[in-house]
Amino acid sequence: MDMAVTRAGIYHYDEFDREFLRERVAEFRGQVARRLDGALTEDEFKPLRLMNGLYLQLHAYMLRCAVPYGVLSSDQMRQLAHIARKYDRGFGHFTTRQNLQFNWIKLEEAPDALAALAEADLHALQTSGNCIRNVTTDEFAGAAADEIVDPRVYAEILRQWSTLHPEFSYLPRKFKIAITGAPTDRAAIQVHDIGLLAKRGPAGEVGFEVWAGGGLGRVPIIGTKLREWLSEADFLSYMEAVLRVYNALGGRENIHKARIKILVRDVGAARFIEMVEQEFATLPREKFRLDPAVVAGIQAHFASPPFVVLPNAEADLARAVSDNAAFADWVAHNTNPHKQPGYISAIVSLKPIGGIPGDATDAQMDAVADLAERYSFDEIRVTHYQNLVLPHVRQDELFAVWQALDALDLATPNVGTVTDIIACPGLDYCSLANARAIPVAQLLSERFADLKRQYDIGPLTLNISGCINACGHHHVGAIGILGVDKKGEEFYQITLGGSAGNDATIGDIVGPAVPYDDVTDVVERIIRIYLSLRQTGENFLQTYRRAGMAPFKDALHAAA
Amino acid sequence: MPLLDHGRPVEDRFVAVADDAPLPADAPALIPFARLQREADALAGRNAALGVQVTSATHAEDIAPFLDRVTLVVVEFPKFRDGRGFTIARTLRERYGFSGEIRAVGHVLPDQYEFLVRCGFTCVAVSDGADLGVWAAALERFHVAYQPGLDTAPVLSGLRRRLALG
Ligand code: SF4
Repeated sequence: MDMAVTRAGIYHYDEFDREFLRERVAEFRGQVARRLDGALTEDEFKPLRLMNGLYLQLHAYMLRCAVPYGVLSSDQMRQLAHIARKYDRGFGHFTTRQNLQFNWIKLEEAPDALAALAEADLHALQTSGNCIRNVTTDEFAGAAADEIVDPRVYAEILRQWSTLHPEFSYLPRKFKIAITGAPTDRAAIQVHDIGLLAKRGPAGEVGFEVWAGGGLGRVPIIGTKLREWLSEADFLSYMEAVLRVYNALGGRENIHKARIKILVRDVGAARFIEMVEQEFATLPREKFRLDPAVVAGIQAHFASPPFVVLPNAEADLARAVSDNAAFADWVAHNTNPHKQPGYISAIVSLKPIGGIPGDATDAQMDAVADLAERYSFDEIRVTHYQNLVLPHVRQDELFAVWQALDALDLATPNVGTVTDIIACPGLDYCSLANARAIPVAQLLSERFADLKRQYDIGPLTLNISGCINACGHHHVGAIGILGVDKKGEEFYQITLGGSAGNDATIGDIVGPAVPYDDVTDVVERIIRIYLSLRQTGENFLQTYRRAGMAPFKDALHAAA
Repeated sequence: MPLLDHGRPVEDRFVAVADDAPLPADAPALIPFARLQREADALAGRNAALGVQVTSATHAEDIAPFLDRVTLVVVEFPKFRDGRGFTIARTLRERYGFSGEIRAVGHVLPDQYEFLVRCGFTCVAVSDGADLGVWAAALERFHVAYQPGLDTAPVLSGLRRRLALG
C-alpha cells in the first residue's frame, strides 16, 4: 500500500468510500424530497434524518457531523469552518462524543451541507438515531507515551463494520462504543454500551478486554466486563453477538428502558454473558473473521508520521519553560507526553474563561487547521472534554504554537482544572432540556477565573447536563450538576465523587436541588470544604472518597 | 398488497388461513405461528406448501424446530422502527440454514429494502398504492457496503464489498 506518510493518521478515503458517501447523500436528498412532498410522514422521516445526523431543536435543525474517533485533518477542519460560515452562524460546537454540531441548519439546505461534508470525506451518518453511533477513543491515540495498542485501527474497523449495518440500524435505542489502547482509560470505556480495551497477549498479539452495559442518562450504570480477552480475529464476530442479543431482547416498549444497560441489569450479568457467548459460538465465525491482512491494510493508514530525531528539542523546551511563567503554566496543564522523543501533544483549550464550552468560531477552526498543517503533520483531534489536540508537535516548536494559540484566545492553561467544564447545549438549544447548562458553566468559569486558585484546587472534573439524558456526563464529574425542572423553575441537583476513568464511579447525589442563582455559591462552598479537609497531595476526588459526603452536605444547607 | 421479489412484483401463491379454518389440502397455505406449534405433528404429512407468519417478538430459536415443515416464513414488522425482524431473518439463514422464502410484511419502508435483502429476506409485501418505482430504485441505489450480509457480494478489499441486490 503506497500511503503518503507525510499525511498520516487519517483514514484516507478512496473511490470506494467516496462512492458510498455520494450514494448516501443522494439517498438523503431523495428522502428530504419525499418528506417535502408528503410521501414520507414526519414519523417516518424522523429516524431517516436522525440517521443522517439531523435533529430538530428548539429554534432550528441541528446537524451533528461525525468526527470518526475524534480525528480530523487540516483540510477537514477547514471544510467544517466553511460549513459553519455558509450554513450556520459562523461557529460550531464540539461535543463530548468527539463530534461537531451546527445549531442553525435549514432543512432545505441540509443535503447541500452533507454534500459539502462529503467533499472533505466527512459525513453525519449515525450521529443520532437508534443505531451504532460514532465510535470514540483516546484523544492521544497514536501519540500517547503510555499507549500499548493504537485504538484508531480498531475504531476504524468498527466504523466501517457499523456503517449502515443491515441488521443493526433499527436497534431498541442508540448504541455507543468506546475503545482505548492505553492502561490509563481516557475514553471512559466503563460507561459505554460497549467499552473496549485493546491490549497485548504474551506473544505481542492484539486482543481486547470487552465491557458492556455501561451508560449514563436516567439510570447510570458502570459496565460489566464480558471478556478478559477477545482475540483480534474474533473482534467483529463478538460485536455481532453482543448486538444481536441486544437487538433481539432489548426493551422496545419504554424508551427509558431500552438501552443495553437495562437488559444487562435485568437479566443479570452472568446470564447476559452466557447469552452472548452462546450467540458467539453459533454464528458463522469465519464470515466475520478479522483477517490480519485487513488489519494491516487499515493500520497502514495510521502509520506514524515521519518524525525526525530531535536531540535538542527537550532542552529547548525546558529553557523556554524556565524563561516564561505563562508558557510554563500552559505546558504543565495543556500537554500530554508523546511516545516519540522530542515531540509532545498540545491541547487547545475551548474553555476560555466565561466562554461556551466546546464552541469554536470559523476563524478559530481555520487557524487551528493552519497550525496543525504547520506543526502537527496535518492532524487534529477532538477530545471528549470538548477541547482540541494537536497530537504531534515538536518540543522545540511548542513555544511558537503556544504564542499562536494565545493570539487566538485558544491557550487558556486550564486543561483538567475546575474551569475545564463539560456542558451540554441545555435549554439554550436543546428541546429536551429542563434547564440551562451553558450559562451555569460560564458563571462557574468566571467564579474560578483566577489561575492561582484553579491550580491550588487541582485536578477536578466539573460536568453539567441540562436534563437527565446526561449528555454533559454529570454523573461522572467529580462535581456533577444536573438541571431539573421544579414547577417551571430551573433547579440543579449536585452530585459528588463521579469519575469516568479506570476508577469509574457514578457520583452521589448531595441533598435537594438548588435554584439557578445559588449554583455558583454552592459549588464554591463545596470547594472550600474540600480545601479545608484535604490532606497533603490529595485531589478533590481523593478527599471526597476519604471524607465521605457528610461534610459536603453543609454546603447545601447554607444555601437553604 | 403487492409482493415484491428483488424489486419486481410477483404473484403471492400462499393463501392466509385463519387460526381455526381448515387448510386447503393442495394449495400453499400460510398459518400463524401458534397454529404451527399446536398442529406440528398433524402438519408433518402435508403435501402442499406451508408457510408460517411470526411477529417480530418471536425468537428464531423458537421457529427453528419447525423449519422442516415450512417453505415460507413471514415476519411481521409492527413498526418500521422495530428492527427485530432483521435479526430473525438473519438467524434463520445463518444459524439454521433455512433456504426457503422469508417475507417481510407490515410497516416497512423502501429505505429499509437494502437491509432486508442483506439480512436474508427474499420478498416484501408493500402497501397498496405504494410507489413501486421508489422500491425498485431503493435496491439500485447502493453498490457498496462494509460488512458481510446474506447477499453474495464480492469482497473488494478489507471489509468492503460490492453489492448487486436488484
Ligand atoms: S443532557 Fe438533556 S439538555 Fe443536555 S443536550 Fe442532552 S438532552 Fe439536551
